Amino acid sequence: MRLIQKVGEWFDARLQLGTPIRETAEHSVPRETASWFYVFGSAALTCFMLQLVTGILLALIYVPSAGEAWNSLQTLNHGVSLGWFIRALHGWGSNFMVAIVLIHMVQVFLFGAYKFPRELTWIVGVFLLLVTLGMAFTGQVLRFDQDAYWGLGIGASIASRVPVIGPWAVSLMLGGPIIAGATLSRFFALHVFVIPGLLLAFVGLHLLMVLKLGINEWPMPGRIVRRATYMREYHELTQKQGVPFVPEAVWKDIFFSAFILAAIAVCAIHFGPFGPSGQPDPTITQIAPRPDFFFLWLYALLSFLPPSAETPILLIGPAIGILALLILPFVAGEGEKSWRRRPIAVLTILLVVVSLGTLTHLAEHTPWSPVMDAWSGQPIPSEFLHGRTALERHGALVFQAKQCHNCHSLDNKGGQRGPALDAVALRLTEDQLIRQVIQGGGNMPAYGKNLSPAETTALVAFLETLHPANQKPARNASQALAFGANEASSR
Amino acid sequence: MSTENGISRRAALVKLGLLINGLVGAALAVPIVRYLLSPVIREKKTGYESWLSLGGLEQFPAGQTRLATYKNPVVNSWDGETGDIACWVRNVDNQKFQVFAINCAHLGCPVRWFAQSNLFMCPCHGGAYYQDGSRASGPPERGLFQYSYKTEGGKLLIKAGEMPTPGQPVASKAGVKTTCA
Repeated sequence: MRLIQKVGEWFDARLQLGTPIRETAEHSVPRETASWFYVFGSAALTCFMLQLVTGILLALIYVPSAGEAWNSLQTLNHGVSLGWFIRALHGWGSNFMVAIVLIHMVQVFLFGAYKFPRELTWIVGVFLLLVTLGMAFTGQVLRFDQDAYWGLGIGASIASRVPVIGPWAVSLMLGGPIIAGATLSRFFALHVFVIPGLLLAFVGLHLLMVLKLGINEWPMPGRIVRRATYMREYHELTQKQGVPFVPEAVWKDIFFSAFILAAIAVCAIHFGPFGPSGQPDPTITQIAPRPDFFFLWLYALLSFLPPSAETPILLIGPAIGILALLILPFVAGEGEKSWRRRPIAVLTILLVVVSLGTLTHLAEHTPWSPVMDAWSGQPIPSEFLHGRTALERHGALVFQAKQCHNCHSLDNKGGQRGPALDAVALRLTEDQLIRQVIQGGGNMPAYGKNLSPAETTALVAFLETLHPANQKPARNASQALAFGANEASSR
Repeated sequence: MSTENGISRRAALVKLGLLINGLVGAALAVPIVRYLLSPVIREKKTGYESWLSLGGLEQFPAGQTRLATYKNPVVNSWDGETGDIACWVRNVDNQKFQVFAINCAHLGCPVRWFAQSNLFMCPCHGGAYYQDGSRASGPPERGLFQYSYKTEGGKLLIKAGEMPTPGQPVASKAGVKTTCA
């Protein structure tokens, strides 16, 4: 023991870091901040460290070449001992990091930590969120599979919509005319050098400011932040009822970080690594590309925006969102910190969480996409065919053969792009059905050129049978007057 | 020489040194920026597109739409499979053809052809197009991108080389036929 102490003293005599480190560790923090609510920042840092280590480990094997990346991932998964585990740790670490950064952000927002004098800490935090998302997206590209390839296509299509410089932005993003080797190389440079460098710099600034300005005190309803008095009040708070950060507060950070690391490891062992999915071969068209979890909400949003509003919303929306986050501490730099007295803040968080949650949930089911194999893989349930006439059954065949089933469900089987047709005869009269089939409309293609009159007649006859047994199909009452009762009933 | 003068002289030297660094930095920035912008600059100079063969006309029967693939004209040895690009060829009546980009006009996902319903459908956000490439339904703002084509020596040639995007559809105008048979 004495030897270790002597070696330590030898180093400290030269480095002279012992005293500043001790002072930093033991600096006084308000007692209530030694709370389980204050552990997310350090947990995000722990995730980042894990990503650094596992990222370097993956770089020992990974080949950032469009022709070889996919093969090197297969080698990592199957050829290198425990390569799959390192990939899984990196993949799950990424998911956890994004999640914890978001939770941390919600916590500091609800606790009013962005108010005076911590405006810049918040702003750097916003940049940390952006570079974290940047890491998540570029990392998804490095998993150079079909999803990565077409994800780049989506990115390029969005970039191309920027007025004037759009086409240049695409060339710059792809590094050439198409998604190819140059594209992967530049995303590798971004993911491994540029963005981690920014991340390290921002983390350093963020932590420095947390130490210099002190951790945000526990917000009390009625304790108002004023620029003139806040610094003195905070100083008094830490003097009167402060506790040393180490060990009073830090033990919770340590425990939570260990818990998060363990959770990542358990997920990695249980669920394994993410992909890679199929080879990045653009001539394979039988695929449905999907982004990673944290971009699913955007994927859903893109299918719901009306075409005319899409480009402006895509380009202006993110700018407004980021700008709002950046100016928040200047608009609301003073006043109440407690979430109990800030209903709009709480409602904003609820709105964002519910919106993102709903969109993510929808994107997992993609109800807007035709079910490409429903026409051949999901037969019409027999109760829709039982006791039908030959014409009606022929209509059911047309329904399958012309792939109506890809977009319309019967008995919850088939696509959900269009409305379910279980009871369509209650909604539309025969004439309306014919018009809808031939002319389309309401987001349905027109099938007039694609169906013979006989096929249309059969299809509509089948659709006319789609109503509950105890309810009569919709009919046009004026027909009875126009054609006479007999004529109308025969139709 | 007074101390005061000495200080001001050294301060001036510092400024001069910074100025020289700035000049050297600016001079270095020119090639660096040019290097970074090389994908854009190159495009401006020569263009990426050229005429490529999709194979013999007999592969594309009249009245049908078939998948065709070609090797992108600008590729590197490490591009692997990403240099192979697919497109849909529609032979209207043996005289008139239409060659559609595989990329959906919405966000670039690969559209699939369904001969049964005569529709192109996109798996990403549910865009659909008629057999002539015009928009049928869903989020796309326009019809499918089309390559200009010509028939030469019994082969179908298209002008391609760059991924079409909503901001930069392929150079030719949709539906314009260029033939030099």
